[in-house]
Amino acid sequence: MTREEAFTQFLLRMGDNTLILGHRVSEWCGHAPVLEEDIALANTALDLIGQTQMWLGLAGEVQGEGKSADDLAFLRDAWDFRNVLLCEVPNGDFGRTLMRQFLFDAWHSIQLGRLMKSSDERVAAIAEKASKEVAYHLERSADTVVGLGDGTEESRRRMQEALDYLWPYVGEMFQSDDVDAEMVKAGIAPDPASLREEYDALISRILGDATLTIPESRFAHKGGRTGAMHTEHLGHLLTQMQWLQRAYPGAKW
Amino acid sequence: MYAQMIKSEATQDDPEKLAAFQARIDAGEKIEPKDWMPEGYRKTLIRQIGQHAHSEIVGQLPEGNWITRAPTLERKAILLAKVQDEAGHGLYLYCAAETLGVSRDEITEMLLDGRMKYSSIFNYPTLNWADIGAVGWLVDGAAIMNQVPLQRTSFGPYSRAMIRICKEESFHQRQGYDAIRQMAEGTPEQKKMAQDALNRLWYPSLMMFGPSDKDSVHSAQSMAWKIKMNTNDELRQKFVDQTVPQAEYLGLTIPDPDLKWNEERGHYDYTDPDWSEFFDVIKGNGPCNVDRLAARNKAWDDGQWVRDGLLAHARKKAAGKHAAE
Repeated sequence: MTREEAFTQFLLRMGDNTLILGHRVSEWCGHAPVLEEDIALANTALDLIGQTQMWLGLAGEVQGEGKSADDLAFLRDAWDFRNVLLCEVPNGDFGRTLMRQFLFDAWHSIQLGRLMKSSDERVAAIAEKASKEVAYHLERSADTVVGLGDGTEESRRRMQEALDYLWPYVGEMFQSDDVDAEMVKAGIAPDPASLREEYDALISRILGDATLTIPESRFAHKGGRTGAMHTEHLGHLLTQMQWLQRAYPGAKW
Repeated sequence: MYAQMIKSEATQDDPEKLAAFQARIDAGEKIEPKDWMPEGYRKTLIRQIGQHAHSEIVGQLPEGNWITRAPTLERKAILLAKVQDEAGHGLYLYCAAETLGVSRDEITEMLLDGRMKYSSIFNYPTLNWADIGAVGWLVDGAAIMNQVPLQRTSFGPYSRAMIRICKEESFHQRQGYDAIRQMAEGTPEQKKMAQDALNRLWYPSLMMFGPSDKDSVHSAQSMAWKIKMNTNDELRQKFVDQTVPQAEYLGLTIPDPDLKWNEERGHYDYTDPDWSEFFDVIKGNGPCNVDRLAARNKAWDDGQWVRDGLLAHARKKAAGKHAAE
């Protein structure tokens, strides 16, 4: 694997995370429990899609095959996607959506903090811009997780169920492979495993305030960030997202 | 225009107070929530602002229908920003209604059980991507026709909400026109989508202004109170006059064979929409009425545990703070 190939993979991982999660969050449009949440969910999705444009734009540039961010988003098949599985699991109820957001935001904020010191100026610049948005995402998702965890009996039960369901998807964010080794060597990005301690401290504090119990198992589903094995859900998501581009090739929109 | 067929409430107030109130309005003063106002003025405004707010909320659904299928990242981002703005407009308007003594939950429940209406336009489906452009171009275009004059409406909070909303609506209309222009100039299939969208949405857009003046019985009192600034037909004509040249520029055909410029009047002559269809939609028989209300009811019912949970948490926190003091 060349440095460019590894760098491209890294950028696809960043951009596919925000693209797929942004898509999932946007599915809520008009269906949230309260108007303020409709606004917040649309705003989060909008930020994530904006970040996707930057990450995938840079991925296309580094890859050097003349592909735009749109080409990468709309014309790749499932096996070429590099998002973690956490981002593609279906929304479930509002509690699961917000728990997924919190578990991702916590990782995302730490990751972006490290990437702001990247040896690649373009990466550092995207991270700098995105980190401001993600700080707000994390504040909001953490507050909501605490509010619902420490709310009524029903809301607590639902949040614990959400955490139990999503927990096996957390570990993948911290798995390292050759791509990561290459990124560490180049000073472009940190080793994912090195983020875990800070992450655990952060989520333990918030989930403690939420009166929720973190499952003991460290088992982690994997295969999203390498593309080796996505969930069955991704194909359906892409079917919808890519439909117009696939049905009318070459059209400008 | 998101308010249709708003019935003015009869008012039985002290004639002297009424005269003084009318004099303030005639002098161009703004009425603020704590000022005395006739009961009819208050009730009519609640109904009108509420209907406008509900339209913003239900209006998320036909546009949300395409967010997950938007063809480019940029179009997806623009549409998300627009739908987010609309939810924000709903929020300002519910706040304006609250100053009149009705809570957001109360009027939300009136929407959900059918006691209050939203604009008829949102009972039509969005069937191809060009509909998203057409909604911006035609639907937001029609809404702006009414909302620009309403910036001068007599009720202060409503007027201020309109000023904020109008700024964003003109951005919405421009992006809609740009999206449909891109398609009208695109491949034959894209052009077909654009024409199809115009064919389906033209008459429903004309209906947004409400029934013809000769059948519109509620206008006089609302106009005296400056909560309605122009008649339905005036605004509809203005909309047609503005939109026809835009359609011509796009190379699209307005689905009205009798549409023509009338030199003498200085306006386009056009065919009225089928008013029996309009009244059917208002009565709940539009193509999407049942689905739209079901979607809003489901969102509200499914969200009950979330609202209850967050409220319970807020109370615990407040009690904890209280105990600590």
